[in-house]
Amino acid sequence: MATLAINARRCSLCGECIATCPFNAISEVDGKIEIDAGCRMCKLCLKNCPEKAITLIDDKRVAVDKEAWRGILVFVEHLDGEIHPVTLELIGKARELADSTNQPVYCLFMGDQIAEQAKSLLQYPVEKVFVYEDSALRYFRVDVYANIFEDCIRAVQPSTVLVGATSVGRSLAPRVAARFRTGLTADCTTLEIRENTDLVQIRPAFGGNVMAQIVTPFSRPQFATVRYKVMSPAEKGGSPSGTVERCVVSPVRLKSKIRVREVVLNEQSPGILEAETLVVAGRGVKDKQDLELLQELADLLDGQLAATRPLVEAGWVHYSKQIGLSGRTVKPKLIITCGVSGAVQFSAGISGSECIVAINQDRSAPILDQAHYGVVGDLYEVVPSLIDRIKG
Amino acid sequence: MRITGSKARGVILRIVVCIKQVPATSKVQIDEVTGVLRREGIESKLNPYDLYALETAVWIKDKVGGAVTTLTMGPLQAEEAIKESFILGADQGYLVSDRKLAGSDVLATAYTLSQAIRLLDGYDLIICGKQTTDGDTAQVGPEVAEFLEIPHVTWVKKVNEVTEDSIVVEQDLGTSSAILELPYPALITVEKDIFQPRLPSYRRKKLTAAQQVNVLTFSDFLDSDEQKYGLNGSPTQVERVFPPDANEDKVLWEDEPSLLGEKIYMLIKDRNFI
Repeated sequence: MATLAINARRCSLCGECIATCPFNAISEVDGKIEIDAGCRMCKLCLKNCPEKAITLIDDKRVAVDKEAWRGILVFVEHLDGEIHPVTLELIGKARELADSTNQPVYCLFMGDQIAEQAKSLLQYPVEKVFVYEDSALRYFRVDVYANIFEDCIRAVQPSTVLVGATSVGRSLAPRVAARFRTGLTADCTTLEIRENTDLVQIRPAFGGNVMAQIVTPFSRPQFATVRYKVMSPAEKGGSPSGTVERCVVSPVRLKSKIRVREVVLNEQSPGILEAETLVVAGRGVKDKQDLELLQELADLLDGQLAATRPLVEAGWVHYSKQIGLSGRTVKPKLIITCGVSGAVQFSAGISGSECIVAINQDRSAPILDQAHYGVVGDLYEVVPSLIDRIKG
Repeated sequence: MRITGSKARGVILRIVVCIKQVPATSKVQIDEVTGVLRREGIESKLNPYDLYALETAVWIKDKVGGAVTTLTMGPLQAEEAIKESFILGADQGYLVSDRKLAGSDVLATAYTLSQAIRLLDGYDLIICGKQTTDGDTAQVGPEVAEFLEIPHVTWVKKVNEVTEDSIVVEQDLGTSSAILELPYPALITVEKDIFQPRLPSYRRKKLTAAQQVNVLTFSDFLDSDEQKYGLNGSPTQVERVFPPDANEDKVLWEDEPSLLGEKIYMLIKDRNFI
């Protein structure tokens, strides 16, 4: 077990480590430095100790044979056969990662009566589509889906597994990753690959304002989930003319403890995902009533009103209208944010937008750095003047 | 809502709620030169999403009878989270705290929690919040279920039925919803707003003030393979943290509000948005 040790003879009790620790895990007790259970092994104390009195005692970790794991496997998400578009985005990214490391791209498609849909995936640059077909796989049930996922991974031995960070994907991927005792990185915004097939995963962390670069250097396969609309979809055509491979579904793997009583489509209010123009309300909106002003702007622009997390948590706006990592990722042509400060959890959710206009009266708000057009001004003055102008 | 069984009939559901202490603010900043996280006002609070998990547990307990046990992992200070759970209706609570667990990622954390749950005197239903506000991964719940080899359902927005041997829940899958029946033992993660969390009552605060938090350490666990815990049990490694990109070719407008409105109008007109 890796642990940090303090060499008491070298330690001068200067207190640098106590001051450096972001987790308040270090203290001086009876003339000795002690590290408690708050430690997260970030090793900043080790890097910052002027006396070099802190050392990492690390058992050698043995990496798996990475050569034995090859290919990038994309999980095909669907609802009763209809493929979720995030799948095509994953294929696009998988192709890019595969090409630079000379690996094949595979798809895993499980469901009921999906032969046609499986064939349709061959229009995209994939080498193979593994199909598991059975009536028991018609609807998503996490235990059965995890079993089939496991079977496929054992048969294919892919180096990387990509899953959409959708409601289904974020429930299924951790289950399968845990079964293989391997790493899973959620909601990646950037994926790159090293020559040794290590996936370099970048995601926002620490509740905002920080990006983390994460690798899974010892185990395979490496799992990552990616939000819908973060990556660009695969183009049809391309070099590999793939094949569909039908796989054996063993009945014992289909035993589920979960009984599906009913699956119903949720009522669809016009979604913010499809809108070409979005007006976003942020914490700068002082009162629920004031949303009418922004709704009016959205209506004039033929767009939708969306909001940031605080407004959803306050109950002013429905959850389905929330943008950000805990809400939706959007890629509209035009997005106008009003009184949004722009924490990274939010900005990750709009970064694919074609034109970002941010209205904020605080010149130091991070959103003004992210926006293509930063407008330093009070939304209560700027928006009415814009509305007047549009109305002519 | 259909309830089978009642306190009178002696249904005693053993409910475990996994909770976590998180930073009270998300304003963690990073020093661009040294790469060191600046800690300003690192106060802690109970992860807001856990309040819904706890409320769901207490609600079920009130309906059918049962006992609610809360479980957390962290430094000794994290016992505050357990104490808060007492005020909100938990009957007993456990803190897993050990330096050997330092550096745990999702997998190692989930494994540690599953080991702690195995030490409890049985369990029927485990409830987690949908995610934490610091990690935001929403992965720990499903991984705990996998390690315990029990079924799980995420994003539960409604409890439809609670019976002696199963629970029926409604799962929000975005464009669709599934109504699912789960036999115990099972794990669910609940959406915000499944139930309105109660406010801490002064009476419960006084009543539970002296209640002890049970502390578990590594030496209590049945699986003592050190390679499965802490940094070594964590397949993912954070290589570096850095501030997000700033946009290089941005335009900043500072002017009179009416002129700003005019500028935005010209922009969206030029680019054919209207």
